[in-house]
Amino acid sequence: MPIPVGLMPEPLHPVDTARMKQRATLGWAPLLALLATACGGGDRERYPMTVYDPKSDFARTLLDLQNLTLYLGIGVGLLVFGLIAYISLRFRHRPEQPDPDQVHGNTRLELAWTLFPAVILAIIAVPTVQTIFETQRKPPPNALTIDVVGWQWWFEFKYPVNGGRDTVRTANEVHIPTGQPIHFRMTGGDVIHNFWVPQMGGKRYLIPNHFNSIQFTTNEPGVYLGQCAEFCGESHALMKLRLIVHTPEGYARWIQNEARPAAEPLDSAILIGKQKVTQGACAGCHIIKGTQMVGRTGPDLTHFAQRRTLAAGILENNAHNLAAWVRNAPAVKPGSRMPAMPQLSEQDIGYIVAYLQTLE
Amino acid sequence: MSTTTHTIPAPAAAPGPAPSETGLWSWITTVDHKRIGIMYGVTAFLFFLIGGLQAVLIRTQLAVPENNFLGADVYNQMFTMHALTMIFLALMPLTSAFFNYIVPLQIGARDVAFPRLNALSYWIYLFGALFLISSWFLRLAPNVGWFAYANLTEPAYSQGVNVDFYVLGLQVLGLASIIASLNFIVTILNLRAPGMRLLRMPVFTWMALVTSVLIVTAMAIFTIAVTQLLFDRFFGTMFFDPSKGGDPVLWQHLFWMFGHPEVYILIVPMLGMVSDVIPTFSRKPLFGYNVVVFSGILIAWLGWGVWSHHQFAVGLGPIAESFFAVSTMLIAIPTGVKVFNFLATMWGGSIRFTTSMLFAVGFILMFTIGGISGVMHSAAPADLQQTDTYFVVAHLHYVFFGGTVLGLWAGMYYWFPKVSGRLLDERLGQIHFWGTMVGMNLTFFPMHFLGLYGMPRRIFTFSADLGFNGMNLLATVGAYLIAISTLVLTWNLVRSWKRGQLAGPNPWGAPTLEWSIPSPPPDYNFLEIPTVRSRMPLWEEDSSKQGGIPHGRAQEGMDTITLGGTRVAEMEFPDEPSLMDPSEAHADHIHLPPPSYWPIILGFGISLLFGALIFRHVTGPLHNLWYLSFVGFVTTLVGIFGFALEPGHDH
Repeated sequence: MPIPVGLMPEPLHPVDTARMKQRATLGWAPLLALLATACGGGDRERYPMTVYDPKSDFARTLLDLQNLTLYLGIGVGLLVFGLIAYISLRFRHRPEQPDPDQVHGNTRLELAWTLFPAVILAIIAVPTVQTIFETQRKPPPNALTIDVVGWQWWFEFKYPVNGGRDTVRTANEVHIPTGQPIHFRMTGGDVIHNFWVPQMGGKRYLIPNHFNSIQFTTNEPGVYLGQCAEFCGESHALMKLRLIVHTPEGYARWIQNEARPAAEPLDSAILIGKQKVTQGACAGCHIIKGTQMVGRTGPDLTHFAQRRTLAAGILENNAHNLAAWVRNAPAVKPGSRMPAMPQLSEQDIGYIVAYLQTLE
Repeated sequence: MSTTTHTIPAPAAAPGPAPSETGLWSWITTVDHKRIGIMYGVTAFLFFLIGGLQAVLIRTQLAVPENNFLGADVYNQMFTMHALTMIFLALMPLTSAFFNYIVPLQIGARDVAFPRLNALSYWIYLFGALFLISSWFLRLAPNVGWFAYANLTEPAYSQGVNVDFYVLGLQVLGLASIIASLNFIVTILNLRAPGMRLLRMPVFTWMALVTSVLIVTAMAIFTIAVTQLLFDRFFGTMFFDPSKGGDPVLWQHLFWMFGHPEVYILIVPMLGMVSDVIPTFSRKPLFGYNVVVFSGILIAWLGWGVWSHHQFAVGLGPIAESFFAVSTMLIAIPTGVKVFNFLATMWGGSIRFTTSMLFAVGFILMFTIGGISGVMHSAAPADLQQTDTYFVVAHLHYVFFGGTVLGLWAGMYYWFPKVSGRLLDERLGQIHFWGTMVGMNLTFFPMHFLGLYGMPRRIFTFSADLGFNGMNLLATVGAYLIAISTLVLTWNLVRSWKRGQLAGPNPWGAPTLEWSIPSPPPDYNFLEIPTVRSRMPLWEEDSSKQGGIPHGRAQEGMDTITLGGTRVAEMEFPDEPSLMDPSEAHADHIHLPPPSYWPIILGFGISLLFGALIFRHVTGPLHNLWYLSFVGFVTTLVGIFGFALEPGHDH
């Protein structure tokens, strides 16, 4: 079974490395920044999903807290390792050595090393509790609320449009503007999933019958990778997403286009494709607005051709991959809820692909 | 040098065990805690090798990106079974093996409180383990992770028998753990030799007590959760089914109320082992005994109040998250105290780096790394980035491998001579130690970076363009190195069992009671139940040394690794040889429980009662085999009556 090649999308804007380096050196303990840089931890070119390249206020707060714990931890670790090294060399048994003093304990010393970790933990505990409350405040009124639903094995995103009367649905690619607080309202559609875009911040579970949220603001346009982080069944590893940050104008253009019904076919071949899609098996699960399709269990295909990827971010959205997906989805993604379509001829698939590619 | 050198006496001539029954039947019907300990040890070690093989297969799949070696479903079965095998079939039973063999010897008892119950727990464990592992050979193993988060485990999302194996297998195995632990609790509280007050017990026995209390309480919760899941899957209830008003998060709470204490069940015994190993090889008493014991109790106690730190991303709200963040941090205090007490024990000592001691020191180092990453997780918001990534995989393996397994090996090299009468080979031991240390750090250290660079856990494949390739390959190389080192250990165990150097009663010059009797001990352990006057009876009461510490065979030739050559002038047998006359083993005043075949019958009945239910969800002619469940029920009933009414067990 061929495993599809994941795609590294081109960032919409070049990565601002100068600024990244600046942050790295300004980080409030340069030791780790050094370590992370030495290992290339903040290098988004090499590690597109690294948490060392935060791009939102949320992600930055988490990284600061993590660095605090890490530096203190490295300090404690060096102390213990140093002591062991010293003790192992200094107190190694030597021949004809008399028995050592039979010391049974020392209350003062023991008190000291009970207090020592307590103090270190207090240093961590205070900002931890502060950050917990800080990052879970009520979203501000100007926040853009987007619903996130996890399914086996894809993400659905819903945007209210036209004053909340309509909903734009997209799959596996979530578009947001810079500068505006983003509020993801999250739930699970079938089983539990876990939404994670490392550069935007921490994870939250998508749980059926529960509603979770995260919020953040970013000022950096670009394409950010994410992935389901909670094991959710056979193809958990193949459940990816992209978070696309636009300028506010770019975002407005995108959402306007999404709110429109699907494009009408312009030539007869595409019309045939439309009929195959809207009157065939596809209609059982998918919706294309502006047609009679109203299926709800699969992704909304109204603006399918806008998406960069298909099959939850594991394939580039091109004719070849799309044909392979339509022909036999479980061969690409084991256990896929979209069944293989042996009833379709290669010609049918050609028509279907041609139509889907017009859905800009 | 001493002039009274002579060769080691042959085992037959040595003061050794009374001639005891051999042969298969004697093992099947045995109720001797030492034999049951050996059976636990051998069985669990074989499962440890299987769990290791699973790990090697996992790492082979992840050696390169987009690999096809296993495929999605087999990989998911593999990581699930790796955890289940290691936790329930290998590590817990290995600690149980040590509890069984060592604890009665350390407290000066002739057996455990309920010898037949002890045998019963072994047989239930064996049958439950065979049942669970059979699913792996059939490629029908549980494929939902050892945590088995609902509602993925509901019939709607997990058809087939995979999850049934999880439910039924763990139901049975939990019973074995609870029975064994109740037995240890009663044994430790009631069968201590005269003068062995609670605060004179060896720390290993203390930690066995703490662990047993944890097992009884934690397993009870897990049994409830598994029973609910069993009802969901077999009888149409909906505890965890959100589409009918059930709540999948309930499972998470129940699971981690068990799952977190389970972590301590797997580490506390090893904290006890190294608390015995380090003083012996430092030739100094444990520094701050009381504090070490009480911090062990405190770790277990606090372990009850931290379960939701596995759920920081679940959305429990800021108040719950703050509580669990802070309670988790508190655990670092008693843990840190223990580490510093270990270091203070070594400080100023006369340290002999036997393999056992090397593993104990390795344990401290690796467990410290695991503890530090643990504290990093306790900062709940930071954990939102770390949870469900390879950072956690790194953390938990520094605790379970760097802690539990290295601790177990420290105990293995330490007590193997007591069990077999022979020393493990030190040269092979050193190879095993260094191979394991290098291997585990190659395997698990890069995983910290993998996690922070964005690699989620439990994925059967990863794309080539995410920067994960090099570190994954490194981890795989490390895993193979661990595997090779473990084969060295296996060879060492097999070879030394019959052909290792004779150990004598106290090869390390250790201070506790188990070293006062021959190796291996006779059936009755102690000819005379000793009277205990101190924490370290062999160090503080040995009048012949005028208060000095006995040297044992470890004294000589330490630097040449062979541990002793043949000069045994200093080998001591604390008891007068005449008292060790095997014929006295059957002296009237020593009452040993007679063998019994009821434990295996009852164990088989209980396992069949649950195990046969697997056929409920099998279609075709095999389906009707589930009626065997009734056969199991009847066997269980008969077994209970036979067990209860058996003559000769009325004390």
